[in-house]
Amino acid sequence: MKRSNEPIFWSLFGAGGMLAALIGPALVFITGIAVPHGLIFAPDTMSYANMHAFAQNWVGKIFLFAVVALFMWHAAHRIAILAHDLGVHAHTATKVVCYGLALLGTLVAAYALLGIA
Amino acid sequence: MADTEKIIEIEVLRYRPEQDKEPVPQTYKVPFTDDMSVLQGLQHIKDFLDETVSFRWSCRMAICGSCGMMIDGKPKLSCKTFLRDYYPGGLRVEALMHLPIERDLIVDATDFVTKLESIKPYIIPKEPRTLEQGEYLQTPQQRDMYEQFSSCINCMLCYAACPQYGLNPKFTGPGVLALLHRYNADSRDGGSAERLKLGYADEGFWGCTAVGYCSEVCPKGVDPANAINQNKMNSAINYFTRFVTPGGADK
Amino acid sequence: MSNRRPYVRSMDGWWKRDPYFIRYMAREVTALLVAAYAVVLLAGLVRLSQGEAAFNGWLQYLKTPWMLVFHLIALATFVYHTWSWFKIMPKTMPIMFVGGKRVQPGTITGTGLAAAVVACLAVLFIVGGMHP
Repeated sequence: MKRSNEPIFWSLFGAGGMLAALIGPALVFITGIAVPHGLIFAPDTMSYANMHAFAQNWVGKIFLFAVVALFMWHAAHRIAILAHDLGVHAHTATKVVCYGLALLGTLVAAYALLGIA
Repeated sequence: MADTEKIIEIEVLRYRPEQDKEPVPQTYKVPFTDDMSVLQGLQHIKDFLDETVSFRWSCRMAICGSCGMMIDGKPKLSCKTFLRDYYPGGLRVEALMHLPIERDLIVDATDFVTKLESIKPYIIPKEPRTLEQGEYLQTPQQRDMYEQFSSCINCMLCYAACPQYGLNPKFTGPGVLALLHRYNADSRDGGSAERLKLGYADEGFWGCTAVGYCSEVCPKGVDPANAINQNKMNSAINYFTRFVTPGGADK
Repeated sequence: MSNRRPYVRSMDGWWKRDPYFIRYMAREVTALLVAAYAVVLLAGLVRLSQGEAAFNGWLQYLKTPWMLVFHLIALATFVYHTWSWFKIMPKTMPIMFVGGKRVQPGTITGTGLAAAVVACLAVLFIVGGMHP
């Protein structure tokens, strides 16, 4: 029987899922709830000055890239399986769309970050 | 209290290919006592109410794996399920899900048997040994690595539980993959490479999406979900390192 | 001449048949929120690369009521993801022994959840301590 190529997507799914499981709730709380509404953190925590400085730094670049890209690859794999579970029969097309969008997101993230000198 | 006869309604999904276009439910009123299993209820139906009802059974003690069926929508062994737990509401019995119905409560098990044969479910000795060399020695820990997976009674409840098998019958399925792992994990066995050709395919371990219901319904505590999913990491590692490990590319 | 005519039942709506399957679907559906959150962050990254005015626009958008509602739902979803991730994790691990005793699934789940709590607290403290 032909060896499966699932390991590629499953590994990305696993890495993204682990990252999301470990720090996802904190990230959502900070970026979407606390900082925009002035709770707990200094109001300028996500200011342009702060975020620009963070993204200029290579550690910051890698962190931001990892979060955005891995979350997308995790979601792409699960959504492709979800489509299969819900009876979508166009398996190859589903995978092309899901992984294609994740790839697109990854490239856009990389381009945006590399553009921050 | 013991003199009052209790009656329970058993609704059986009938299917007689020579006369039924599709399966049709039929209800029977069965007198029962608290010690009676669903299997005994069905035997009462066949003996006294309707001799045409067909179902498989043998040991009536949860070891042969013959009497699996859906009882109120859940895969169970009918000999290990008791009528008292469905009283007074009654119960529905149906042939095991995700397998073709042959007749009444009997499913076509051909696919399962074919797949079972394909994984070589026997020890392929790591080293040939003569009788004079004596037995293989195995530590308790070595035995623990495969023992629970060896408890499988081939009852197919896990196939009735597995939606991935229902959606794609090409998937090897929980029970057979658990047995594949049982042999690979046995320290006496040397046949991993052959079995993993099947395991590492889309129809092998990668057909599983970790629903986990198979392990929930297994009457013997085999935990096929664990047998399958612990192999995904090995499969992935092997996938990425196969060209740089000796013999890796053969898998 | 065979009278066999095996009957194959439909898989339509299979996941509605049992609470176990509904919980499985709930776990899988979390991916939609993970994807949506990643897109929000991606938008932020793109705006960040386009300069201060563009990024401030993204910050303003985060303050709108709909974005708050979205993030509250996302927070609940991510917490459920964390929970369900470490609940299924023992199934993905080989049989392990520590000090001669078999490692229990509950131990693996508990350790994972504890790690998540520590990691989230660490992120909160690091962000709290960040200054320009």
